[in-house]
Amino acid sequence: MNSLSRRRFLKISGATIATAAVLAGSAKTFINSADKINGKSVKGIKKIPTYCDLCFWKCGIMAYVKDGKLWKVEGHPDDPLSNGRLCPRGTGGVGAHYDEDRLRSPLIRKSLRGEEKWVEVTWGEAFDYITKKMNKIKTEYGPESMALFSHGVGGTFFKHLMRAYGCPNETAPSFAQCRGPRETAFELTFGDIIGSPERTDIQNSKCLVLIGSHLGENMHNTQVQEFSRAVEKGASIIVVDPRFSVAASKAKYYLPIKPGTDLALLLAWMSVIVNEKLYDVDYVQKYGFGFENFAAEVSQYTPEWAYVETGIDPDVIRQTAREMARYKPATLVHPGRHTTWYGDDAQRVRAVALLNALLGSWGRKGGFYLPYSYSIPKYLYPPYPEKKKEPVDNPDKKYPFATAEQISTGIRDATITGNPYPIKGWFIYGTNLLQALPNRDETKKAIQNLDLMVVVDVVPSEIAGWADVVLPESVYLERYDDLNISPFREGFVGIRQPVIEEPNDQKPNWWMAKKLGEKLGLGAYFPWNDIEEYLDTRLKSTGHSLDELKEKGIIKGPKQPIYFEDGVEPEFWTPSGKIEFYSTQLAAAGFDPVPKYTKHSEPPAGYFRLLYGRAPVHTFSKTQSNPLLRDMMSENEIWVNADIADRYGLKQGDKIKLKNTDGVVSDEIKVKPTERIRPDCVYMVHGFGQKSRQLRSTYKKGASDAELITQYKTDPLMGGTAMNVNFVTFEMGV
Amino acid sequence: MVIDTKKCVGCNDCVVACKTENNVPIGYNRDWIVTESFGKFPDINMEIRTERCNHCSETPCVSCCPTGASHIHDVGGVVLVDHNKCIGCKACVEACPYDARFIHPDGYADKCTFCIHRVEKGENPACVDVCPTYCMHFGDLDDPNSEVSKLLNSRKYHVLIPDAGTQPNIFYLV
Repeated sequence: MNSLSRRRFLKISGATIATAAVLAGSAKTFINSADKINGKSVKGIKKIPTYCDLCFWKCGIMAYVKDGKLWKVEGHPDDPLSNGRLCPRGTGGVGAHYDEDRLRSPLIRKSLRGEEKWVEVTWGEAFDYITKKMNKIKTEYGPESMALFSHGVGGTFFKHLMRAYGCPNETAPSFAQCRGPRETAFELTFGDIIGSPERTDIQNSKCLVLIGSHLGENMHNTQVQEFSRAVEKGASIIVVDPRFSVAASKAKYYLPIKPGTDLALLLAWMSVIVNEKLYDVDYVQKYGFGFENFAAEVSQYTPEWAYVETGIDPDVIRQTAREMARYKPATLVHPGRHTTWYGDDAQRVRAVALLNALLGSWGRKGGFYLPYSYSIPKYLYPPYPEKKKEPVDNPDKKYPFATAEQISTGIRDATITGNPYPIKGWFIYGTNLLQALPNRDETKKAIQNLDLMVVVDVVPSEIAGWADVVLPESVYLERYDDLNISPFREGFVGIRQPVIEEPNDQKPNWWMAKKLGEKLGLGAYFPWNDIEEYLDTRLKSTGHSLDELKEKGIIKGPKQPIYFEDGVEPEFWTPSGKIEFYSTQLAAAGFDPVPKYTKHSEPPAGYFRLLYGRAPVHTFSKTQSNPLLRDMMSENEIWVNADIADRYGLKQGDKIKLKNTDGVVSDEIKVKPTERIRPDCVYMVHGFGQKSRQLRSTYKKGASDAELITQYKTDPLMGGTAMNVNFVTFEMGV
Repeated sequence: MVIDTKKCVGCNDCVVACKTENNVPIGYNRDWIVTESFGKFPDINMEIRTERCNHCSETPCVSCCPTGASHIHDVGGVVLVDHNKCIGCKACVEACPYDARFIHPDGYADKCTFCIHRVEKGENPACVDVCPTYCMHFGDLDDPNSEVSKLLNSRKYHVLIPDAGTQPNIFYLV
């Protein structure tokens, strides 16, 4: 953190406030972290707009530099996503700049993979090493034998680089390990995906149904703000969760469902709504396809039947179904985001989509709105080389509905087996695959088959420990990135620009991609001199300029209708052109055209289902070393039902280890005995128990759910890897 | 200050914002989150709230201070510590029933100032302005037309440890 002591702060604060007023109007482009610029002291406060990178939400921010040092960040007042208010991670974003564990210079591995032994090298040496290996892979196997794993907007220029190189394999765990089932399910049903940020109109919902979606712990900023607004307006909230979440504490109905049975509840809800004819009849008649087949199928799933599966009182199932119908179409059954749970996830989320369809909420106020993206043409590059091979992730379209994105674990499989063709190089940007992918041993096995593994990151993450070359990236407050044109209620464009200089030899991703591209003989694909030229070219094509956006931070597009009732033309990009209650696509591919319930395996005696989730102060495994956020939460706990804890003699703060059914034992984790969870499952926050020794501040703090997730079930529709299928027992006296 | 526990999700944003705004050292906090749950699964009631110095009307922290460092500010009755007068004797730390004070590594008693440096410029405390749930409200309790007064007139609320007799000035809407 800023070393300015409180005492010193007080002494200078008077002068600082006085200069702040003078500088406020001229704060547009000042950038520097040094106390002195050109030998002169820098006094006063500068405000620089940019956008956040603590998660994928991309809120607009105002960064404050005080006396040449990064001070704080706040929400950008004009930003439609944050409304000028960030989440705790965003507010703690300055900690990313000050993180003492940051990577400082490029590294080349000098011993076995995973031993984390390195030689510090120059950027030139690092690029020479990568270029030599990438050229060799291209000659020996073809450019298709590289794969890019990239998460976040910072990967834009690496995607461009790999496409220019001729590599068709480009993925992120955000599909097959996260929201993939949801996108597939909504695409099959409504002909369109949910996307990110979610097109959910929470602030206008009169009834909000959250199934395992713990808003408030999961700080997707806009959604949390809208959730709070819905609570204030008295929306009826129905929470379905094995754990009494924060959202549950705001709910009118809390349904403590048995894990793995959500689809039974969804089917029973739909049967009540169909059998009692509570659905939006006009909407279903006008826009629905195959409703009769659907109704016949779901009507058999009575609340009494569902009670046996879910443990939810049939009367409560009826009451909550009627509650949803009462507020239709302003009833939002939230589609969730991380939906890879049990292996039939696309079908479960399809049931969510169908329930929304019955309630008429798609395209309606309080349901799902039509989002707009600010229209800015792409930079005009030479055409990429023609693809000679299909992506490696999904041979023979084994998972026919993995249409939105590539399957990360499919690329991992191909790297292990060499089928359908070998993968010899991984280029990894901004994603810690050891925490994100299930079954670490498979990831490590795949890595052993590589001739080249490059990791670009800001900290020495666990996956960086396995790389051949590690490239240290500037944090978001130190760099430009591509424009943010996220879809939202209104289109807008936001800028990421440097606020402060890098403390060491870190570099921005665009610079790395361009330099590597030039070394690989792909200089024609990087015709711009620097990213400012790239951004200015894009912005000028729409009548704006980089200077304008650097000053404003955000430019908004016009307001347009976002609901059917406001004049949005209902369009469904399905084969029937309608909402597919009965899916001919699924039937043709040999899947259930209407979701059917399947039972999932249950924990053996003495074992508990391992559930995992989010804390508001951390994102994945990315933020644990951030000093400000670590100060809020430095390790995770294992939530154990109070009665179970009593039975095992476990008290608050006791340290135990967890062992899964494959015999994998976790690091030590503190016990949190609580009434807020069912007795058949345990829960921990994801992202802890990190094994990177260079990440000194977080090394083995808490336990890693990812380490215990050795089992996974693959969704037959879209290849998602379900991870709520692991069972653990307690290893005491450690 | 009025805090709506119905809206608070306990995300710690107010804590982080306080730390950056006021340069509170790592390992110390001027505000914090309390989550209290009652009942037996699944019938649970839960209150989540953000806590800090209550800027009480009856101030044991001020009356116990041997140097006069702990004092009531002219503006709005905010309780403050003059760091230059403070000798770090911890009397106020002990006297506070809310555990709101700590000894700063630089040797003086530290705690929430209601961001008086912002308030005097007409802004809200940093915690209020950052909150993504809009659960915190700051204003003049003596003005019957202020937002905080209106909220207290229209909603049920409680204060923390009323038995301590400190007449705290943070009110929790329930």
